[in-house]
Amino acid sequence: MIQQSLKALHRQLINREISSVELTQEYLERINKFIYLNAYINVDSSVALNNAKKADKNIHSGKITPLTGIPMAHKDIFCTTEMPTTCGSKMLANYTSPYAATVVTKLESAGAVMLGKTNMDEFAMGSTNENSYFGAVKNPWDITRVPGGSSGGSAATVAAGLAAYTTGTDTGGSIRQPASFCGISGIKPTYGLVSRYGMVAYASSLDQGGPMARSAEDLAIVLQEMIGTDSKDSTSLTTQEIPSYINEISKPIDKIRIGLPECFFNEKTDKSINKAIMDAVAIYEKAGAEIIPVNVALHNFWTPCYYVIASAEASSNLERYDGVRFGHRSKHAENLQELISNSRSEGFGIEVKRRILTGTYVLSSGYYDAYYLQAQKIRRMISEELRDILNRVDVIIGPTTPTCAFKIGEKITNPTERYLADIFTVAANLAGLPAASIPAGFNAGLPIGMQLIGNHFSEARILQLAHFYQQQTDWHLRTPKELEEKP
Amino acid sequence: MKWQTVIGLEVHAQLKTKSKLFSSAPTSFGAAPNTRTHFIDAGLPGVLPVLNKEAVKLAIRFALAINAEINDQSFFERKNYFYQDLPKGYQISQLQRPIVGNGQLQINLSNGQTKNIYINRAHLEEDAGKSIHDSHADYTAVDLNRAGTPLLEIVTEPCIYSSEEAVAYLKSLHQLLRFMGISDGNMQDGSFRCDVNLSLRLEGATKLGTRTELKNLNSFKFIEKAIEYEICRQQDLLESNIAIIQETCSYNPNSNTTESMRKKEGENDYRYFPDPDLLPIKITNNDIEDVRKNMPSHPSKIKQQLIEIDKLSEDNISFLFNHPATLEFYFTVKGLTKAPVKLIVNWLKGHYAAALNERGLQFDSNLISSDKFAQLLDRINDKSLSNNNAKIVFTEILESECSVDDIIKRKGFDNKNDNTELRNIVKLIIDNNQQQVADYRAGKDKLWSFFVGMIMKQTKGQADPQVVNDILGEFLS
Repeated sequence: MIQQSLKALHRQLINREISSVELTQEYLERINKFIYLNAYINVDSSVALNNAKKADKNIHSGKITPLTGIPMAHKDIFCTTEMPTTCGSKMLANYTSPYAATVVTKLESAGAVMLGKTNMDEFAMGSTNENSYFGAVKNPWDITRVPGGSSGGSAATVAAGLAAYTTGTDTGGSIRQPASFCGISGIKPTYGLVSRYGMVAYASSLDQGGPMARSAEDLAIVLQEMIGTDSKDSTSLTTQEIPSYINEISKPIDKIRIGLPECFFNEKTDKSINKAIMDAVAIYEKAGAEIIPVNVALHNFWTPCYYVIASAEASSNLERYDGVRFGHRSKHAENLQELISNSRSEGFGIEVKRRILTGTYVLSSGYYDAYYLQAQKIRRMISEELRDILNRVDVIIGPTTPTCAFKIGEKITNPTERYLADIFTVAANLAGLPAASIPAGFNAGLPIGMQLIGNHFSEARILQLAHFYQQQTDWHLRTPKELEEKP
Repeated sequence: MKWQTVIGLEVHAQLKTKSKLFSSAPTSFGAAPNTRTHFIDAGLPGVLPVLNKEAVKLAIRFALAINAEINDQSFFERKNYFYQDLPKGYQISQLQRPIVGNGQLQINLSNGQTKNIYINRAHLEEDAGKSIHDSHADYTAVDLNRAGTPLLEIVTEPCIYSSEEAVAYLKSLHQLLRFMGISDGNMQDGSFRCDVNLSLRLEGATKLGTRTELKNLNSFKFIEKAIEYEICRQQDLLESNIAIIQETCSYNPNSNTTESMRKKEGENDYRYFPDPDLLPIKITNNDIEDVRKNMPSHPSKIKQQLIEIDKLSEDNISFLFNHPATLEFYFTVKGLTKAPVKLIVNWLKGHYAAALNERGLQFDSNLISSDKFAQLLDRINDKSLSNNNAKIVFTEILESECSVDDIIKRKGFDNKNDNTELRNIVKLIIDNNQQQVADYRAGKDKLWSFFVGMIMKQTKGQADPQVVNDILGEFLS
């Protein structure tokens, strides 16, 4: 079951070979069996089975979409009314939202059956899922290692077959990097394609929600249901025509021009990763693609630019957590100042505090021009450079991360080293470009991820290329031995 | 030493929109706490603001009314600070590029002169909630109904030099906002809030002195007094060579003094930055023309018409400009009745205003509809209804659903101006009481009331006493 594609599951459901309730029960059992992975924060079997029953009714009456009755999970950053939304934080450990995110409502309307909410780095800040109030998530390929972050729980869930697909969010690589570490597929869409209403904000101009699944084909099916203009999100795009991704991905790849930035293949990146990517590129070349080396002069500015902007926006977005209206409220407060200070000190973890302090600093009087304003100007330049390149090539390819998954606890003492894990991914967020990560091989049993970055609205092209690659390789079909051997 | 007072005024006016600046919750005053609060207003996790276009239109309307520049692109910024009634921990406001730029408002001074007050800018921002400190002994209560209400913050240059100018400006602005449908301008309810920035400098000096900010002034009278007090306070300090501390003060009406609220050590660092959840406001010439076509007339233009065309006195114009509803009612009635303007205004100012005041209502309450009122005036005007009877009919209208004509008929007022019938009645009485006529003519004056009594009995008391006296006098002379 854990190897089944969404298409296969769908077929079985509409042929009544299995019911949504049965399928849901199988996943619930499996979640229990692998509870030590800590991939979920909340699982609610009664909610799940209720929705499965509804889905079965719909299947019987012919009211079906490609996702009806298929069990999935939401990253615990999406507001849901049926289960708490914790954002991996003590601040919201007992918070239940009175409204549901647009993404949640859309998938629910498409018949999705929510099993639970997945674990994540607190308020989406982190690349290892070690920053969660609810404990670290274990990489299903090696439980002594991190799954990546911040959508670590969502990635581990898919890799371990604890849901058919999950939703994640990506601000600097938080869908792609864990997808890479966990050997699954994930895509961050063009900024504005997926509504942010109900998706708790980390950095408003960088955040984007997207699907995580076992294949590009599955991504195409889920992404289709997640996107769309939302009047409740002013940054949501009123787009041109949205293609049918599932139709587009099977079209033959014609003369694709693939850009290979040399900065992606440096000495900081594991040699095995470099090799895996070059092998992938060779496959495309054999199919007729043109390989064009490109120079990205500004790549050294990507990470600092990202951290200035993201922390600035985050420091402001997290001001609403003051213990007054919802969330954690300190019991040790004699006045307003103490109420707010202590609630936040007690409710936030160390990485969140670190980023709030950084963000407050770069926005403060006397520093705004040198940091925030400067970063925005550089951001503009970074975007323009990438768009220039994407006028000359159809897609930029490279490794998703410079290394494979590291050990749990390894990078804790050195935050800036952890920040370097994002070195290849942040650019797409800065420029609002769509980008995906798909499995491209293994190194010593650990998954390697390949990143594809396209121009705005080129999701179909990216998924098409990914799908083609997945027809020629089987990395995405592998499952962790760890889980197969368990009785 | 001669000191010059320099004043700059900031007004926060709540805009008269149906819903809030960034959510669909209704704007309103006096509702039960936290019942007019959308999730967006409460700053819950995951919510996003959506701009209310009506607020933008009203800002444009204001700009047109003061001949101000309108920025074709302006944007929102976050003003960050912590407070219990600021749900998001930041206020969405505008700093660098406000929607409205330089404009001016002309004021009239008591010496007959006029002065142009220069408005530096006006920008959109959301209001915070309310903190209520006196409802619980140990707690402050927070009501978020007001959170998110659209405000237009209007800032003048420091070009005001006396309390008289300040109050004249504020009254003019107040009237402009109310009569152009931009704001309710209710100082008691907090929909028109004035802050005064005041400093002194030696006459002839060009540099501004240290200023204090006066807040929580909710009547024009208090504003005037607070300014006067503060001028004296600062002058005393400066003449004793004591520096003015830059601080915020509130006015205490009981002691007629200003008191320090908090010291401003420089300014707070609000860490303004553009709000990434909102797109810039883009305004085209078409947008501006649309607003221009659909906006009410400028009060000064209306006043001019009232002087030149309606020939109303200053006093009467003042009365009509007491409230936008009064003015509107006047024009509606004027359009429906043939009665002259003087009659309309007399009745509005007199009986109708009195009836409204008794009930604590305004002219938009429809206590008497404009149709009925117009009809009543018509009947008075064509002399088919005497003034006395009109008063009775008026009272009747207040209490019944009947039309004016029905009431007149019911009360039997309709024939009173037809003196022929009355004359016949009098003649008949004279003819039937010849002895009394002769006696009266011989000197028995008391018999006058005998005749009047009989006439009144015959007319069921409805006859106009003045007319009766005239006709009887004719017959008995």
